[in-house]
Amino acid sequence: MTDVPTHDSGGAHAATGWAPPLPLFLLQPVLARVVRRVASRYPELLERLGPVRGARFLIDPRGLPFTLLLKPDPDALLLRACPRGRPPAHDALIAGRFLDLLELVDAAEDGDALFFSRELTITGDTEAVVTLRNALDNVEGSVAATVAGMFGPPGRAALAALRRAARRGTPEAQP
Amino acid sequence: MIRPELVCPAGTPAGLRTAVEAGADTVYCGFQNATNARNFPGLNFTPQEMERAVGHAHDRGTKVLLALNTFPPAGKFDLWRDAAALGAEMGVDAFIVADIGVADHIAREHPGARLHLSVQAAASSPEAIRYYCREFGVKRVVLPRILTVPEIEALAAEIPCEIETFIFGNHGLMVEGRCSLTNYVTGLSTNMDGVCSPAADVHYDRDTEGTMTTRLRDVTIDRFGCAETAGYPTICKGRYHAPHREDGYYAFEEPVSLNLAKLLPSLMGAGVHAFKIEGRQRSRAYVRKVVGAFRRAVDDVMAGETPALDDLVALTEGRKQTEGAFKTKKWR
Repeated sequence: MTDVPTHDSGGAHAATGWAPPLPLFLLQPVLARVVRRVASRYPELLERLGPVRGARFLIDPRGLPFTLLLKPDPDALLLRACPRGRPPAHDALIAGRFLDLLELVDAAEDGDALFFSRELTITGDTEAVVTLRNALDNVEGSVAATVAGMFGPPGRAALAALRRAARRGTPEAQP
Repeated sequence: MIRPELVCPAGTPAGLRTAVEAGADTVYCGFQNATNARNFPGLNFTPQEMERAVGHAHDRGTKVLLALNTFPPAGKFDLWRDAAALGAEMGVDAFIVADIGVADHIAREHPGARLHLSVQAAASSPEAIRYYCREFGVKRVVLPRILTVPEIEALAAEIPCEIETFIFGNHGLMVEGRCSLTNYVTGLSTNMDGVCSPAADVHYDRDTEGTMTTRLRDVTIDRFGCAETAGYPTICKGRYHAPHREDGYYAFEEPVSLNLAKLLPSLMGAGVHAFKIEGRQRSRAYVRKVVGAFRRAVDDVMAGETPALDDLVALTEGRKQTEGAFKTKKWR
């Protein structure tokens, strides 16, 4: 495990230093469904991860009021929302704008370019992160669309709005 | 004027399909082991994936080159021999080789196979290139990124094989295939294990002010302020302190990418047969954008038009690009 501080940079109440407790427990069953759906839809993704399937990735989508802990182990899949400021034990941290991370998941953005421009931050187990990036890049079709499709027309509409915002790169891009 | 072949990178099966769709004439790729110089975690092809990829490319009129461009250590030749046999069986269009032992093996055991000499062989003189052509039947040389366009033109007149030059991507000017910097720090060899700055040994640390420190094992390679663009964690692109220098400086190379978009007409006029885009370790987004941009640019030049050059700087290392030695030996 790596002791890596999270980057609490985008919470809605960052300016005041105070945030109401988030009802993250409501999100957990949804996230569990999401990771199971992605794993079953894209088995080649987990296969390509090979020995790093047991790694714990802390994903910090700047602009969202929580972080995500991912463990892509097919025998113990985990995707869980975590409160900012209280990072769980993890092996690697990936931090970036939510919409950039969304584009990375769908291979619509180049991770190295985001790294060069400092819009993407990586700490901890670099090998695990590189493996995850390469495995995701080999997935054809849209992981984000698969997830959005789980929530029917509202999910798809929300994704379309996010992508429009990402293309514009306007403040609206911040969820 | 020769219509140059656009040779494009593919790190994964999906990357290969993206390159084909974006207009690659030829795609180069490798197996998931030390037989190629991009032996990175999660990258490359299983034999089954390679077989399907070759079929996919050939069905669409695209060639596939198999990179066997590392140097087998003594006693471990089986890996390279097996990879060559697999490639021959699958019908790859050429092998990219660097080591004379691998070249000799393929020339003897797979006599119909076409050989390209990798940039890792660092052959840049007419004498060296003619040796590989004479002894192993090499049909194309990938030139090191150290020659000017007039030098390439002069070389073309003196060698009996095709010339391939890099036109975009990593700008590494170390004596290629001879660099031991990674080996010095990690014990792993870029040239024999196929991995430069292995990810397992790379560490990024970020302080509260946003400064990022890049380390390879216990060697600090660079430290980027929060407003600075970053480069790859390779020793050759590191910024170091040295006597008689007040600040850290790039002792070997700077984080910068090659972009020869503006030199395409002169390279084509110099007799270059193939243009290579570096980046098997890069994403499909990179492949789509870069291959698409150069496809249009090459087609424009062939049609006698001024190429419409997309701005690719966002994809370059450190967000900086250069025409390097191709334009002038004084490029630094």
